[in-house]
Amino acid sequence: MTLPVRRFDAIIVGAGGAGMRASLQLAEAGLSVAVLTKVFPTRSHTVAAQGGIGASLGNMSEDSWLWHMYDTIKGSDWLGDQDAIEYMCRMAPKVVYELEHFGMPFDRNPDGTIYQRPFGGHSANFGEKPVQRACAAADRTGHAMLHTLYQRNVRAHTHFFVEWMALDLVRDAEGDVLGVVAYEMETGEVMILQAKATVFATGGAGRIFAASTNAFINTGDGLGMAARAGIPLEDMEFWQFHPTGVAGAGVLITEGVRGEGGILLNCNGERFMERYAPNLKDLASRDVVSRSMDQEIKEGRGCGPHKDHVLLKLDHLGPDVILKRLPSIREIALKFANVDPIREPIPVVPTIHYMMGGIPTNVHGQVVAPSGGATNAVVNGFYAVGECACVSVHGANRLGTNSLLDLLVFGRAAGNFIVDQRLDRVEHKELPRDAGDAALSRLARIDSNQGGEGMAPIAADLRNTMQAHCGVFRNAELLSEGVRKVMELEQRALRVTCADKSRTFNTARVEALELDNLIETAKATIVSAEARTESRGAQARSDFPGRDDANWLKHTLWYRDGNRLDYKPVNLKPLSVEAFPPKSRTY
Amino acid sequence: MKFRIYRYDPEKDAKPYVKDYDVELAVTDRMLLDALVRLKSVDESLSFRRSCREGVCGSDAMNINGKNGLACITNLKELKEPIELRPLPGLPVIRDLIVDMSQFFKQYHSIRPYVVNEAPPPEKERLQSPEDREELDGLYECILCACCSTSCPSFWWNPDKFVGPAGLLQAYRFIADSRDAAINERLDNLEDPYRLFRCYSIMNCVDVCPKGLNPTRAIGKIKDLLVKRAV
Repeated sequence: MTLPVRRFDAIIVGAGGAGMRASLQLAEAGLSVAVLTKVFPTRSHTVAAQGGIGASLGNMSEDSWLWHMYDTIKGSDWLGDQDAIEYMCRMAPKVVYELEHFGMPFDRNPDGTIYQRPFGGHSANFGEKPVQRACAAADRTGHAMLHTLYQRNVRAHTHFFVEWMALDLVRDAEGDVLGVVAYEMETGEVMILQAKATVFATGGAGRIFAASTNAFINTGDGLGMAARAGIPLEDMEFWQFHPTGVAGAGVLITEGVRGEGGILLNCNGERFMERYAPNLKDLASRDVVSRSMDQEIKEGRGCGPHKDHVLLKLDHLGPDVILKRLPSIREIALKFANVDPIREPIPVVPTIHYMMGGIPTNVHGQVVAPSGGATNAVVNGFYAVGECACVSVHGANRLGTNSLLDLLVFGRAAGNFIVDQRLDRVEHKELPRDAGDAALSRLARIDSNQGGEGMAPIAADLRNTMQAHCGVFRNAELLSEGVRKVMELEQRALRVTCADKSRTFNTARVEALELDNLIETAKATIVSAEARTESRGAQARSDFPGRDDANWLKHTLWYRDGNRLDYKPVNLKPLSVEAFPPKSRTY
Repeated sequence: MKFRIYRYDPEKDAKPYVKDYDVELAVTDRMLLDALVRLKSVDESLSFRRSCREGVCGSDAMNINGKNGLACITNLKELKEPIELRPLPGLPVIRDLIVDMSQFFKQYHSIRPYVVNEAPPPEKERLQSPEDREELDGLYECILCACCSTSCPSFWWNPDKFVGPAGLLQAYRFIADSRDAAINERLDNLEDPYRLFRCYSIMNCVDVCPKGLNPTRAIGKIKDLLVKRAV
């Protein structure tokens, strides 16, 4: 079947922070750009980020990008690539100032500069004491940033395809990426969008877990598409549990609460983080705090009738600070936990929040994969930025505020790199004759399957399996059983039945298409986790409690074909400064 | 729990109808969106938008027992049964609870929703006093869910000519920004019998805003500025 084709210089899949920062560079340079998005741009999940953007502006006290770089490397448990981390931390002040110039409503200091708050793992002078580095707009930083970027794209006349879902990559015989096959939700039309540069900014995939801060739309679509096109996924075993999700609801409570002075308490009213991280305490990095909380709960010091959560106390900050700096947190606590944090603590549990791994890229956002003897050979025409990418600046554990920074720095970098390619002078390559086949056969399978189960029970079983077998603490037995279950779920997913055959805004069909991507993401995660027999950052193996630099200071690459694993070295060489060699990690 | 839900699929329904549901909820189903997701697992053809499920993305606005709101932050305990769900009023229905929001976004775009300032920016941030920044509170938090505009009779009658409360709230967000240099053009753009002055302070917008914002007050401030400019 021949599909209609539309051609652009560049297409961007995803209109969150990374996608819209990239599209802005491209649209302002006059390229023909199309941005595809499953939801209206301001509904992308960047909107839910709360606490801040990390940048060493030094508005509150002395700060430097080198300290930020050190904190990020240490936070990553030395799995982050030091060239990419240096680039990000050096660029941070610039991208924040740009955002301010775009109109971002940052909170302000009395001298008119941008307000910055403390955040987990951020320190002055290489770990000496906490530093205020998180540039904040109350506790709605992601919302303010996403709207600002959308507004700026309105000004630049960026062309959005709203409520379009990319189904699969188009790759030719030489391995070059030539665009995507896309599905318009309102009409059910399928079309090839051909481009000289295809940028994935599809965000995270937290919906593979049962307890997640992530939105419904975070289904790993970019990861699924890349995996099906034969591109490996990097470091997928590293998933961040945010220490403070509302118990039972999963909704995020920003680390900014602890940045402003909030503390975690166990059932004895003890500030237990003093024992686990004597220096930074409640502001240790997220993997450390989440494990400590899990430990407290496991050892019977959890709170509530089931002793299954801990408490986040902030009433001592006083109503003025809470209402001015943390107004949305109060709203969330009132609505989802039924407590008013001005008077009572919020029940919280570690909750899946962020995927450190993703599609491997270099600092220009170019997707790279081993080929012909080269470890990082460029996949022509293909870029990835933001949470779906692994550049890798977060390594085994991301620091709070570095995700919004990642979106801005690498969205912008990829945009600039693509502009420099002078795509207006480049011809479109010829589309392979089978360009739409893979996507169409996925659609046909979903439409023709009969008598099987719907999407909902399979997705629920997947989420529960990942939660039970790939949680805060993992071990060989849990993981191997988990791999087996996920592979079974893949077989069930192949038979998923969609009784609704309507072409008009068929959300059941969209969810069935998303299920394929959830399955690929879950496979990559649990297979990579089972193989890594060490504990590093967010991968905590109770059967291998130590970090093992001799054998495991390396990035995982998972291939869909045969669940094959490969590895590549970590880049320990920064761009311009001395390397930070691995050392033991305490807070 | 009992529901009465507006259903319409243009491919098979000659006209919209109301379908009754009686579904057993789990104890963890706290919000209306939880119930809708459970309903969808029983009847997958039921169509609605949703994403963040915490009241910040603005996807799941709908008319709930006669009042616009977000399903994800509407507690089921506050709702009288049967819970009647309809699409946002006044916009064309695409399917079930999903409306075509083109007109709403067109009005938002019409107010030039971005800071206009042609002066070259400094190397660092432009300075803004905390007091000037506070002028944006109660304005920038808008999530573009359209609860307000689709509860406004003036917007129902003239969605093509009246900017509506959401667009006007944003118009004032940029007028109020000390970094914006286009206040006169912004006022010109609104000085029109329809664009601004179809607001008759009915205040439905204030009543329904899930973020507790007050478009009527912002509209009043724009009107004041126009009066001041005229004298």
